[in-house]
Amino acid sequence: MAMTATAGHAHADPHHIGVVIEHPGPASKRIVTAYGFWVFLLSDIVMFSCFFAAYAVLSGQTAGGPRGSEIFEQRNVAIETVCLLLSSFTCGMASIAADVRNRFWFYLGMTVTCLLGVIFLVIEFREFADLVARGYGPSRSAFLTAFFSLVGCHGLHVSAGVLWLLTMMAQVFAKGFRADILRRMMCFALFWHALDIIWVAVFSVVYLLGSGA
Amino acid sequence: MLGKLDWSAIPFDQPIPLIAGAVVLVAILGVLIWVVVKGHLPYLWHEWITSVDHKRIGVMYILLASVMLLRGGSDAIMMRIQQAVAYQSQGYLPPEHYNQIFSAHGTIMIFFVAMPFVIGLMNLVVPLQLGVRDVAFPTLNSVGFWLTATGALLVNLSLVIGEFARTGWLAFPPLSELSYSPGVGVDYYAWSLQISGVGTLVAGINLVTTVLKLRTRGMNYLRMPMFCWTTLASNLLIVAAFPILTATLAMLLLDRYLGFHFFTNEAGGNVMMFMNLIWAWGHPEVYILVLPAFGIFSEVVSTFSGKALFGYRSMVLATMAICVISFMVWLHHFFTMGAGPDVNAIFGIASMIIAVPTGVKIYNWLFTMYGGRIRFATPMLWAVGFMVTFIVGGLTGVLLAVPPADFMLHNSMFLVAHFHNVIIGGVLFGAFAGFEYWFPKAFGFRLDERWGKAAFWFTFLGFFITFIPLYVAGMLGMTRRMQHYDVAAWRPWMIVAAIGMAVLTIGVICQIMQLVVSIRNREALRDRTGDPWDGRSLEWATASPPPVFNFAFNPDVRGEDAYWDMKIHARQQSLGHDVPEYQDIEMPRNSPTGFVCAFFATIMGFALIWHIWWMVILGGIGAFATFVVFAWRDHDEYVIPADEVAAIDRVNLEERRSLVSMAGTI
Repeated sequence: MAMTATAGHAHADPHHIGVVIEHPGPASKRIVTAYGFWVFLLSDIVMFSCFFAAYAVLSGQTAGGPRGSEIFEQRNVAIETVCLLLSSFTCGMASIAADVRNRFWFYLGMTVTCLLGVIFLVIEFREFADLVARGYGPSRSAFLTAFFSLVGCHGLHVSAGVLWLLTMMAQVFAKGFRADILRRMMCFALFWHALDIIWVAVFSVVYLLGSGA
Repeated sequence: MLGKLDWSAIPFDQPIPLIAGAVVLVAILGVLIWVVVKGHLPYLWHEWITSVDHKRIGVMYILLASVMLLRGGSDAIMMRIQQAVAYQSQGYLPPEHYNQIFSAHGTIMIFFVAMPFVIGLMNLVVPLQLGVRDVAFPTLNSVGFWLTATGALLVNLSLVIGEFARTGWLAFPPLSELSYSPGVGVDYYAWSLQISGVGTLVAGINLVTTVLKLRTRGMNYLRMPMFCWTTLASNLLIVAAFPILTATLAMLLLDRYLGFHFFTNEAGGNVMMFMNLIWAWGHPEVYILVLPAFGIFSEVVSTFSGKALFGYRSMVLATMAICVISFMVWLHHFFTMGAGPDVNAIFGIASMIIAVPTGVKIYNWLFTMYGGRIRFATPMLWAVGFMVTFIVGGLTGVLLAVPPADFMLHNSMFLVAHFHNVIIGGVLFGAFAGFEYWFPKAFGFRLDERWGKAAFWFTFLGFFITFIPLYVAGMLGMTRRMQHYDVAAWRPWMIVAAIGMAVLTIGVICQIMQLVVSIRNREALRDRTGDPWDGRSLEWATASPPPVFNFAFNPDVRGEDAYWDMKIHARQQSLGHDVPEYQDIEMPRNSPTGFVCAFFATIMGFALIWHIWWMVILGGIGAFATFVVFAWRDHDEYVIPADEVAAIDRVNLEERRSLVSMAGTI
């Protein structure tokens, strides 16, 4: 049988050189984890794209209710955007700190990320609460349905991210920078940056286009 | 306190579901008591329920699918009897019950039979074929399975507590909106699919990563067995399509629970958006199911013809082409909605184009058989039966892809016959072929051939007797989902279809008998070589059932048909003398995470259906806590020492040495 002595070792087999580039075997755990998480993120983006599509279809269906330009407040959205983009930066700092095993900068980076995320959520929540109080809740019109769902879906993701972030900090506190913890940290960072990208799309499609209309 | 749940939820006035429910309950209790009394509980818990071994999880998936097949099959029998007797009468089923039955039948057969069956086979076989020790994320794999089981459990609960949807298997609004379906039926439907959908997505991510990142040394893309390719394609489709289902059902649930207006008639909601979204998932879903079956047939035809697969590269190309095109045809599900001739023409042409790679596959199988030494073992019978059946289904599909023809046949029994033709003839035959083919690998003994062949012939004939009449009835204008009818011309065909159903049922009984007889005679049917069919790919290179680590060494692949090459090579050199140097193997530790998670998901799903909000919160906290606890553990692997690996592997090598000398001569 061919699966004898040479199998399992990494060095090249002389018979194969120059013929085909041989597949080297299973990838490392770090690559497998990151790859799987990327695939998950892509599927999550597909889900978001459905809500974007629904928004595109329904954005004109105001049923006599307000249009986007009447309810969007540019100042709030600007602050939200700044918060989220900054948090991506601080999350990156925390990732670097984790890579060089620096606890202080890791905790600092994560804390600031968390704060920025929470500020974002508070502003978004106030925007929603204000709209509902004025009678412009999601059941007012199909446009508002799509708006609340798309933006709210992103907000839910940010909330989950904050929860995950706190869990990450607790894990580093309890277990230190172990290999599996670092892999999770990498996934968290990917998740947080992906939320940023989605927010850029939300910002453009909902707020920028909506305010002009 | 208990939301909408009260005693009126239990249908005391309807004998059929109550009796069925009672029988199932007694059966479950009986099995549970037997398990506890016999002291099997620790074994079940440690070896199966908490197992993260891909082979065990695969077996559990298939077990779930088989049980649900019986449930979905009972629904089918009830429908065929109803339509046979309901000429100018009400039949024996009240209308709202009949509507629940056809909705449950479709939902169960697609989501809880076909899906778990193919995912189970992929789980069982793909890591073995790739020559690796496990899937990419073993614990997640267990979570995925148990969430699927949760969905199945919720659907079955609806039989006794409350009701199931009466809206068809895709719950089209506005019928599924709160104003037209105020009961909990649609909620049962939506939450069970949401929960099991998460499980499916997890399985998809897992298998995509496994195929792309975990192949053994030398397993280049163009050396992967065909089943791995179709698994890759199918799981790419899962990853791309299932989030659409999740989003769509989430929108429907928001409409129902919080008064949103995605799909309502009022306030600007758009019903057609649901059709577009659901079919943007639904059409790829058809290929998610059938592509793995194509892979199974490729393996089976090649093995039982004693030849390498004809046109391997064209097969890979066809698989990936189907993977892409399947996303471009969804609109053919509603040609009649008024999208206009241009849109219809484009989607009609796309729908016909997808038949081309499928045709390529059929020819490749035929040419693989041509000139081969064909053995008509049971898996091969299913494969050949499939080719005949599927061509009929494919041709009627191309007919339906012609928009003018579709205007005549849309929503008719012809359509019903067509999709049963491809799903039964394609997916179910594939699942049975895979079941027969890989059973010896999973359990170490073959299945009884006589009962297997009987099962095939009864199913095959029963299938045609059932569904050819439905084609005719469709041509005669009979629409689908009819509770009763007054057209005399349809009646004889419905009676023939009911007879066909009886024949099909005999096929199912034969299948069960096959299992019973084989288990009883397992010593006589034992396969010690691990390679009962003279196989060609790596899963046959290890013992049956495989040790928990699959391979003592990661195999080194030198070409297509990896194991076949090894056998030929070994025979030429009369090999098997190298005593390899064994090493310790690290394997993932068992974990109850999946089971506990599904427990909380069940509580949460049930509470959501009945609006029991405190219980929802409890379930949510429980699920999150489970994940934190899982994330907190320190040792997620254990080591199998080299001595133990050596002891296990030596037995396998001994058995195999005798076999190697016979390779290719059987």
